Amino acid sequence: MTGLRPYRAIASARFRMLLQYRGAALAGLWTQVFFGLVLIMVYEAFYRSAPAVRPMAFAQITTYVWLGQALLAMLPWNVDTEIRETVRSGAIAYELARPVDLYGAWYARAVAQRTAPTLLRAAPMAVFACAVLPVIGLGEWRLAPPPSWAAAAGFVATVACALVLSCALSVLVNISLMWTVAGDGAVMLFTTAASLLSGLVIPLPLMPEWAQVGLSWLPFAGLFDLPFRIYNGHIAAGDVAMVVVRQLGWTVALIGSGRWLLGRGMRRVVVLGG
Amino acid sequence: MPQIVVEQLVKTYQVAERAPGLWGALRGLVRRKHRTVRALDGISFAIERGELVGYIGPNGAGKSTTVKALSGILVPDSGRCEVAGRVPWQQRIAHVAQIGVVFGQRTQLWWDLPVIESFELLRDIYRVPPDRYARARDQMIGLLDLAPLLDVPVRQLSLGQRMRCDLAAALLHEPAILFLDEPTIGLDAPSKLAVRDFIQRLNRDRGVTVILTTHDMDDIEALCTRVMVIAGGKILSDGTLAALRGQVTRERWLTVDLASADAAIDEPDATVIRRDGGRVCLAFDPQAVAPAELIRRVTSRHAVRDLFVENPPIETIVARLYAAHGGGEAGSEP
Amino acid sequence: MAGAFGLYRAYAAASIRSQLSYRASLVMTTIGIFLVTASEFVAVWALFDRFGQVRGWTLPEAALLYGMSSVSWAVCDAIGRGFDVFGDMVKTGGFDRLLLRPRSTVLQLLGQDFTLRRFGRLAQGLLVLGYAAVAGTIDWTVGRAVLLAGAIACGVCAFLGLLVLQATSAFWTIDKLEVWNAFTYGGLTMSRYPLPLYRPWFRAVFIFVIPLACVTYFPGVVILGRAEPLGAPAIAGWLAPLAGPAFLALGLQVWRIGIRHYRSTGS
Repeated sequence: MTGLRPYRAIASARFRMLLQYRGAALAGLWTQVFFGLVLIMVYEAFYRSAPAVRPMAFAQITTYVWLGQALLAMLPWNVDTEIRETVRSGAIAYELARPVDLYGAWYARAVAQRTAPTLLRAAPMAVFACAVLPVIGLGEWRLAPPPSWAAAAGFVATVACALVLSCALSVLVNISLMWTVAGDGAVMLFTTAASLLSGLVIPLPLMPEWAQVGLSWLPFAGLFDLPFRIYNGHIAAGDVAMVVVRQLGWTVALIGSGRWLLGRGMRRVVVLGG
Repeated sequence: MPQIVVEQLVKTYQVAERAPGLWGALRGLVRRKHRTVRALDGISFAIERGELVGYIGPNGAGKSTTVKALSGILVPDSGRCEVAGRVPWQQRIAHVAQIGVVFGQRTQLWWDLPVIESFELLRDIYRVPPDRYARARDQMIGLLDLAPLLDVPVRQLSLGQRMRCDLAAALLHEPAILFLDEPTIGLDAPSKLAVRDFIQRLNRDRGVTVILTTHDMDDIEALCTRVMVIAGGKILSDGTLAALRGQVTRERWLTVDLASADAAIDEPDATVIRRDGGRVCLAFDPQAVAPAELIRRVTSRHAVRDLFVENPPIETIVARLYAAHGGGEAGSEP
Repeated sequence: MAGAFGLYRAYAAASIRSQLSYRASLVMTTIGIFLVTASEFVAVWALFDRFGQVRGWTLPEAALLYGMSSVSWAVCDAIGRGFDVFGDMVKTGGFDRLLLRPRSTVLQLLGQDFTLRRFGRLAQGLLVLGYAAVAGTIDWTVGRAVLLAGAIACGVCAFLGLLVLQATSAFWTIDKLEVWNAFTYGGLTMSRYPLPLYRPWFRAVFIFVIPLACVTYFPGVVILGRAEPLGAPAIAGWLAPLAGPAFLALGLQVWRIGIRHYRSTGS
């Protein structure tokens, strides 16, 4: 697969660069722990106040929350600042002179941007939520192991699919920057959608009943909600195939529309003369 | 009494040393190793009102530490420093109202606003009375030819235009002392000349004391009657350019254009320092061999088309001085 | 001659004119921020929609707390932006420029960046506050209205104190500033729900260390006319907000220490 070599090189160079931000990761870990604790206390209070309502067991909620905090950096929530600079400065016109496919190059960068910070943050977060919480007497808030090996395997598979999906969304965010003014607003809407509709801000099963079908068919549920519910057993392990089909279907559609938009954006850049 | 007095000024920094790798980073969290760097190692000098002093040295020599101490940003460890009768870091606000500072690399103007609005904001910041502001502003507009730039947002100015505006901005409160940090960096030739001309007039006509740090020796040659050289936190030289030259070397250079590109040239009292085809550059000590004598010898032995004698450029002098003190980045000595 | 307030006005006016030179982008990001923050309220609404109430608090009651903390934070964020981005300023040496000017550094930083687009957040907070004021069962009196305004002003001080402390820590470390997000954004999230639903140790942090609960929850209980279940005396709702300005004063003292450190290390 020598055709992929430049893209692998782009991804791995970027990956190594991003791994340097260990201090920021450590600070981020503390913030994530804090947010996780606040959210769990809030859900706990609601669960105790209305014992009859059970869209998802409380133990499943805590697991869901910690997974979200651990994998936060995997969401397509921020733009690639270097790409923004190239677009804003007009230097993007020179990208046409490079012998690599621009979409592929941006996708490779997105892969690094979504994996490196996640790797730095996820492991210590998992240690805290699985091991430290029970030790300090907060065992009922912990990140529980998956109920079965099948759920664990399904989680691994769907998180991998969530990653490719998230990268396709990330590239789309970067592409939107080519429409300067509209881009600013689009980036923000994207960020909001990614955090609210993926289940980061509030687990999707807690959203109103009437919204459930719509939420689960949007691409964002494939980022966090569906994999997390496979992990905590809220979705049966037998349904993994269906989830993967949804995630990959969205990925293909988003890559297709991303390529189309990038083509239009580049034509604009050329017409405007960089 | 001199306007600026510096005596035995010392400033040390603690630099954290971190072992490489993840293990080093983790260990650094628990116990940090520190190394002490003496940025200023007991420097002393005095500057009279109205002097125009060049302050040069390799990167990391202590130039900006000195300027920071003189401008009241930085508190030194020990030593005495008085500027216009004040200790800069003890009375920061009173002190900085009397000085102007220009950084060639960073503008102090508001990026998205027209130049004139930055001027007005600085008027409010420095509490300049309206009549004094109007006078200073109009003088600057005249001297620096700013009239066509006043309504242009700073982000749209060329580097040279911006530097002219920055100079004006630093002088609206009519400071008695002006610190310039690389004011000509990155400028094209006409802009450089305009900036130099302005600095000279400011100093000559209005008696403003100017302290100029730069890496551009042409700035120094064009402007400064006095040069201070700092390296490794110590002042290596302080005096006129001629004195600086004399301190480093008596050497002079004889450049000859030989008729034949491959003729061997061999002079016992001179060394070949550069050769480019027929053009040969010889270094000699004029006290060991008189220039006229050396020229006679060379022209008698070789067919010479042209020749001239010169002092080594000031860059070379300075580079040698830095190198002799184990200084900095000056490895490009010819 | 410009006094401190005059200079602040000049700074703010300059900052506003700067932003108006990118008008279209400003409108877009303001709307964007409005929608982003509105989505935060969606989460609160969804929980009440599911569960009906939490510890006897209904949505309009919780919305009062939400509105108070959102408006406080929005105002603080608009005027204190200079402190928020202070880490970059130290890194690039931009702070030296402030020290070279004959004015207080706090005043210069407050004037640095008066961010208009934060009005998106302010609008959202005011809307929620409006909803709480009319949808709930608040028995409005002059005293309660004054308390609301005062608590919001004290809330601005409390959040500003946090930003000042965050900025001060930039004198020692730059790459770990994200730690403060736990207190600013985490504190903002915390203050949207009634304090009794948190564990005692957590409450203690936001009452006694970072007094965000003092500027939202305690006055909120008085405005709503609810019984206070944590056993605070009735007068607490009126006095607790003063912890906000006190916290800011403390932050400014630490800021002075930070500047002294910066000027002696130059780092």
